Amino acid sequence: MASLKLTDLAKTYGGTVNVLNNINLDIQSGELIVFVGPSGCGKSTLLRMIAGLEKISSGTLEIDGQVVNDIPPAQRGIAMVFQSYALYPHMTVRDNMAFALKIAGKPKAEINATIGRVAKTLQLDELLDRLPKALSGGQRQRVAIGRSIVRDPKVYLFDEPLSNLDAALRVATRIEIAQLKEAMPDSTMVYVTHDQVEAMTLADRIVVLANKGIAQVGTPLELYERPENEFVAQFIGSPAMNLFAAEITGTGEITTLRLAAGGEVTSTVPSRDSDIGLSVNIGVRPEDMVVTKTHQWVMEATVNIVEALGEVTVLYFKSGQGSDPLIAKLPGIHNGLRGQTLRLTAAASKVHIFHNGQSLLYR
Amino acid sequence: MHPALQGLLTIAFGVGGCVGYFYLSNIILDQVIFPARGKHIARNIRRANIIRPWLFLLPALLALGLYLAYPVFETLRLSLTERLPGGGSTFVGLDNYRQMLGEDKFWEALQNNFLWLLVVPAGATAFGLLAAQLTDRIAWGNFAKSLIFMPMAISFVGAAVIWKLVYDARPPGTEQIGVLNAIYIYFGGDAAQQWLTIPFWNSFFLMAVLIWIQTGFAMVILSAALRGVPEDTIEAAIVDGANPFQVFFRIKLPQITGTIVVVWTTITIVVLKVFDIVFAMTNGQWQTQVLANYMFDKLFRANDWGVGSASAMVIMLLVSPILIWNVYNARREMR
Repeated sequence: MASLKLTDLAKTYGGTVNVLNNINLDIQSGELIVFVGPSGCGKSTLLRMIAGLEKISSGTLEIDGQVVNDIPPAQRGIAMVFQSYALYPHMTVRDNMAFALKIAGKPKAEINATIGRVAKTLQLDELLDRLPKALSGGQRQRVAIGRSIVRDPKVYLFDEPLSNLDAALRVATRIEIAQLKEAMPDSTMVYVTHDQVEAMTLADRIVVLANKGIAQVGTPLELYERPENEFVAQFIGSPAMNLFAAEITGTGEITTLRLAAGGEVTSTVPSRDSDIGLSVNIGVRPEDMVVTKTHQWVMEATVNIVEALGEVTVLYFKSGQGSDPLIAKLPGIHNGLRGQTLRLTAAASKVHIFHNGQSLLYR
Repeated sequence: MHPALQGLLTIAFGVGGCVGYFYLSNIILDQVIFPARGKHIARNIRRANIIRPWLFLLPALLALGLYLAYPVFETLRLSLTERLPGGGSTFVGLDNYRQMLGEDKFWEALQNNFLWLLVVPAGATAFGLLAAQLTDRIAWGNFAKSLIFMPMAISFVGAAVIWKLVYDARPPGTEQIGVLNAIYIYFGGDAAQQWLTIPFWNSFFLMAVLIWIQTGFAMVILSAALRGVPEDTIEAAIVDGANPFQVFFRIKLPQITGTIVVVWTTITIVVLKVFDIVFAMTNGQWQTQVLANYMFDKLFRANDWGVGSASAMVIMLLVSPILIWNVYNARREMR
């Protein structure tokens, strides 16, 4: 129902501590955008700036074309779901949901009708007269969501809404949120999480935040298949993408690379003639690794640890350089690999190339 | 010996004695009576642990029993007796109570106490809450708080003397040093008023002293409680559109009602026992009598221990239910 436009948004605390810089982002009406990033990257701060709970240090924030930098939270047409639910402990579920409407001076009949309707959708009708302390974690989260729905906001803001729930409930509530979005296709939602599974499953587009700025914006699969930089490449996907030092030996539509460790591999990432001899990092996801016997390989290493999960076997290798272990994820069950030295490679379309941390796809 | 030295010596002996008692009695229990060794080691340790709390509580129990529990029963007994000329006493049943109920001064005291009960806890709690909320977000809030808390460190008599100066009246023509009269004259009052002699209103001038003292107490406790209100609920209310007043009255206040009740009842108990302020400022004249001062009058001025004890019992009866409720609420808050 509403679009958001963030232009050169920045956040500075006390004039010196800079936490966010140059945030430029267009959020379309009806989109579900997920902010994801490591802890401390400022994703919650950014959400709170949109909510109006944090002052915007510089830049502009527009909701539906209107600059709202100095408009108080209540008048921005937003509703927020907090990580800790933030239910009013002294009010029943009904009063929690009614609070904003009462403040807005809505007539009683209308309030009751709205609450009745929303409570029914969220299966809260049995719980309306209970206090928050008599609810389970999942129920509390549903009340928090219900409290935002009754206000019929233009934009929904979710601040890590699932992180206080246990694993099973988290999956269930995640699906509920997805269904909720389905039921309200017009509403714009901004969702903050540090959990990439939540991000991948819920988002129309993901915004990866790192180093005080946006590392990449894109659909979940775009981020997975065409990461713009090494940070996004390693942040999205689990286990993280392996990186190997290499040098470009052949250019064109298909790039040929020689690895520092000796192997050779091709990539469908195109390169220019001037790239010959360029030092790059190539990235291969663990699940794209395949065992090979030829000279086309990206990795030759000894298996250190084997995690047999049944559907996949995860191999951890002793890595020559760096502290992160190299990882390969092979489908199915593989026995007796521990201690063996394997050669692994990947299809050319699965080999990413980064120079100075940036993907060669985006230049 | 110099009195200050004597005082220091007493403190040293007192504190040393306490530490020594706990330390030595503990050692004796563990080493001599139930040593943690030998054939019955497990049984000994278990028994020592059953006895230990009682050992540590003993001094307090003895002191409280001697100075608190015993006097209650002794007062009850005294209130039912009358002193005979030439020594000794005789049981007179409820005569003392009957005599007391027949006295106007007693009813005046009861009435005044009731008035104090209505005004002072409400005033102190309200001002305390106001101060707690207002000092919460400003840079010099802690300084303001320590100023407001300062009267708590002054004795009631000291506070009474200070406020007597506030209410002071000088003969016409001279400079008024009493703040209240100075203001009164400044705004066109004709002559300095003897504030403390104006019946009915003078009680409120006395109450102002206690409110002044107790506001600091209420503020400190309520300030801590306000800080305990989850920030999230406040932010949620702001997003929900509540203005600062609505946030305070509909979100913050309801979440600290338990603490408010504890503060309110605690001050109520102080009020029921109020003595020093009235004694030092009016001594119950001009219709400012309160129960505790009435008791003092009877007991130590009129030497009528029967009626004095009877009024003491009345005070205790009034305080007890509030005290029980207070303790109940305080314990619930702690959970």
